[in-house]
Amino acid sequence: MVNVRPADLFPAIAKLQKLYVPDGSQVSGTELHKPFKEWKADRDAPCERVRTPKDFFFPQTENLMEFKREGKTIEIVDTRRETEDFVIFGVRACDVRSFSILDKVFLADPVDTYYKNRREHATIISWACSPESMRETCFCHTFGIDCADPEGDVAAWFDGERFYFEAKTEKGTQLLDSIKDVLTACDEEPVWDLKTAIYQAKKELPLADLTTEGFTPDKMMEYFSSEKWGELSEACIGCGTCTFVCPTCQCYDIRDFDTGHGIKRFRCWDSCMYSDFTKMAHGNPRVSQLERFRQRFMHKLVYFPANNDGEFGCVGCGRCLAKCPISMNIVKVMKALKEDDKT
Amino acid sequence: MNETLIPVIGVVTDIRIDTPDVKTFRVVTPEGKKPFEHLPGQCAMVSIPGVGEAMFSITSSPTNQEFMEFSIKKCGCLTEWLHAMEVGQQVTVRGPYGNAFPVETELRGKDLLFIAGGIGLAPLRSVINYCRHYRENYGTIDIVYGSRSKEDLVDYREIIEEWMTSEGVKVHLTIDREQEGWDGHVGFVPNYVKELTPDVKKTVLVCGPPIMIKFTLAALKELGFTEEQVYTTMELRMKCGVGKCGRCNIGSKYVCKDGPVFRYDKLGELPDEY
Amino acid sequence: MQESMKQKALALLADGTVDRVLGWKKGDFVYDVTPAVFESTEEVERDFTFSVFCGSNLSKYLVKESRKEGKILVFFKPCDAYSFAQLLKEHRVIREKVYAVGIECYGKADIDKLRDKTGATVIHSVGEANGTLTVRCFGGKEHTVPLYDVLLEKCESCKSKKHPVYDELLGDEGEVVDDCNRFDSVAKLEAMTPDERYEFWRGELSRCIRCNACRNVCPACTCEKCIFDNDASGVAQKAAADSFEENMFHIIRAFHVVGRCTDCGECSRVCPQQIPLHLLNRKFIKDINELYGEYQAGADPDTRPPLVNYNTGDVEPSIVYERGGKENG
Repeated sequence: MVNVRPADLFPAIAKLQKLYVPDGSQVSGTELHKPFKEWKADRDAPCERVRTPKDFFFPQTENLMEFKREGKTIEIVDTRRETEDFVIFGVRACDVRSFSILDKVFLADPVDTYYKNRREHATIISWACSPESMRETCFCHTFGIDCADPEGDVAAWFDGERFYFEAKTEKGTQLLDSIKDVLTACDEEPVWDLKTAIYQAKKELPLADLTTEGFTPDKMMEYFSSEKWGELSEACIGCGTCTFVCPTCQCYDIRDFDTGHGIKRFRCWDSCMYSDFTKMAHGNPRVSQLERFRQRFMHKLVYFPANNDGEFGCVGCGRCLAKCPISMNIVKVMKALKEDDKT
Repeated sequence: MNETLIPVIGVVTDIRIDTPDVKTFRVVTPEGKKPFEHLPGQCAMVSIPGVGEAMFSITSSPTNQEFMEFSIKKCGCLTEWLHAMEVGQQVTVRGPYGNAFPVETELRGKDLLFIAGGIGLAPLRSVINYCRHYRENYGTIDIVYGSRSKEDLVDYREIIEEWMTSEGVKVHLTIDREQEGWDGHVGFVPNYVKELTPDVKKTVLVCGPPIMIKFTLAALKELGFTEEQVYTTMELRMKCGVGKCGRCNIGSKYVCKDGPVFRYDKLGELPDEY
Repeated sequence: MQESMKQKALALLADGTVDRVLGWKKGDFVYDVTPAVFESTEEVERDFTFSVFCGSNLSKYLVKESRKEGKILVFFKPCDAYSFAQLLKEHRVIREKVYAVGIECYGKADIDKLRDKTGATVIHSVGEANGTLTVRCFGGKEHTVPLYDVLLEKCESCKSKKHPVYDELLGDEGEVVDDCNRFDSVAKLEAMTPDERYEFWRGELSRCIRCNACRNVCPACTCEKCIFDNDASGVAQKAAADSFEENMFHIIRAFHVVGRCTDCGECSRVCPQQIPLHLLNRKFIKDINELYGEYQAGADPDTRPPLVNYNTGDVEPSIVYERGGKENG
């Protein structure tokens, strides 16, 4: 284990690679990771207040390619460029896990090269939560995520003065090696204390007892046919808030944009909550909001795990709990479906 | 590194008017070659940049080494554009996507019954011609095909000139309503299937509008067929073609990747959202 | 208030005056209440809630609900009743199918502000007494804060405590707020140079994630099919290739609700990215007041809105140039 003062750490990394850190200057609740300028001590923000870092790999919009059309001919322009190496600092345990969930989609055969390009060039420094950064909306433990010992290339803990680092991957070891001049070797004891405090706080969270018990692939039709969906989706306004604040939602649309001197083909985030998501020229298999609402939660809780060795499409970050305009969310859905189970 | 979302250029070298709203487009690369290999039942994304991109079944047989064909019905923005184009127009194609009819496994050696309605013949045409090409690998081939009218029968010429004259292939055509100059069968496909009382040992491949599929399946069950004997293809909105954009997700399946071909009993295990 | 509302709902359900009740349902935490339709007295007994966190406006749900069989009871804060009156004016809600109960309101709380002001982390409960909120956290910490300090934006700039339409009132009826300061924020924007204003909006709108929550929650947005949901319209409801085109979404929408927006503030309340969208609408309201005379959408069900009314005294389009706009651009 090594430790370092923030004042030494950030400039050292920024000298070598592009470095992104949580940016405290944003309007509260929408905090973003921004290129490092200076470090402020007040950035221990809870994940539900920080915009999902999925943008780094799966941005809200991105250009895929360009076309030139002239008469009857079409020219395809491959606009892909190799990304530079970069470091994202301060990713919470839940968000780190979300990357591996996105990997299961984008890196599955055939690989999405746009995603892969950015993913391969990124080094993730995660950041253990603290009792101060936790909220009642936190339930990462439900999905087996340990916010006291996050995954990532390097895991970090902060005691108010120093960051403690532990390399978790080869990439992480390399990063720490590249800034070894500012690092001080130390023993793990201070981190144990931090962890103990986190576990203690975690135990008291109101959703501490929430489990995924019962959400197994064989329950697909049973949950799909549950009477509860009507009540759960009743007030849903069909917006895309839950989808877009979600670190694991990855549905997208591909659209063409005529720039006046060519066609840009771009992709953008899309939402299964939207009325036109499955609309075709000759009909729509999901015409009601109930069906669209059900799709989103069935996908996270049943369909995705069925395809991915039981891994759920949720990391318990709590953003949808905090942001849904009508305060409907995956926790309420899980509880309602489980109630069904009991009867 | 190859990126599946980036298409290749296809040149339209022939446009056949099949019916008042279906045209068949022949596509090759600018070098005059077939754009890529495929299996019977697989699909490809065809696009006019700036207009749109959509998934279509490849209707030509994999055994055709020269070109690729798509039979496309006019029903939206992109298809209207495709219908208006002339020979020599370039389009973009990418694929192949999806699974295929199990021509080399489950279907091998079987007596086959193809049932199609309207444009539903498009995905089956590839299989029919594949099976005709490897005729010795399959038993009898029966084709029941119906449309609204004589004019709406897709591939009519090919049916008359090639399929009907093939050995061991029986074609049963029907149209919805009586029509001058038509002395063949009149009536809906599901009823016609019942009238024909096909041998229940046959393996069935059905494709057509959802309502036709529904009634055909009922008719087949009535005749004593089981769901394990019936294959069909599905159509949902798609954007990526590779199970990532999320649009064609039904239950734990993605139609673009795990389909479009489904055996009927497997379809029954999925939520009814298609 | 919650108790008398509950009793009212139970009584009207029991005597058959109404068949359903539109209100707020308890959540897992103290603040995550959800709009809900209660169909039985048991459901009301079990789930009905009313608290300082019931900021959401229920009026839009009536577009659908009033088209269902039977009569529905709905609870309105004064600002919600303005939206209701406006929907009645637009013939979007069937009046006879609704039993509207107006409830007194002293402002609703913004949970984010509450956290910011108190530093509360894991909130266990929030009590309200005499205009003071007491936040109890897990682990026993307690914070108090005046409700006045943590109001939703729409409540900070409350325009009226009077219900323009109702069948019955619970609690005291208030008055239109004379010294409402809601246009101060607009005046601040107007005082900027065009470049500054452009930068301000580009900055705010750059956070937009195109979730459409503002549109979908808006009681003025009740089109059966929104233009932005039409693939062929050329203006998508999703993120666009170009951020300027994207920003246009909000401007087009603001134009569309001119003269119909009651300034209920739902757009800003629901925005997950905290964009002050109400400022766009409020600018239009201020303009209408200045150009066509004072007008408050939803203040009554009858007055013709200025933009669908014409009289010879109306201002000419050239007013825009006189106010400093550039000709030809």
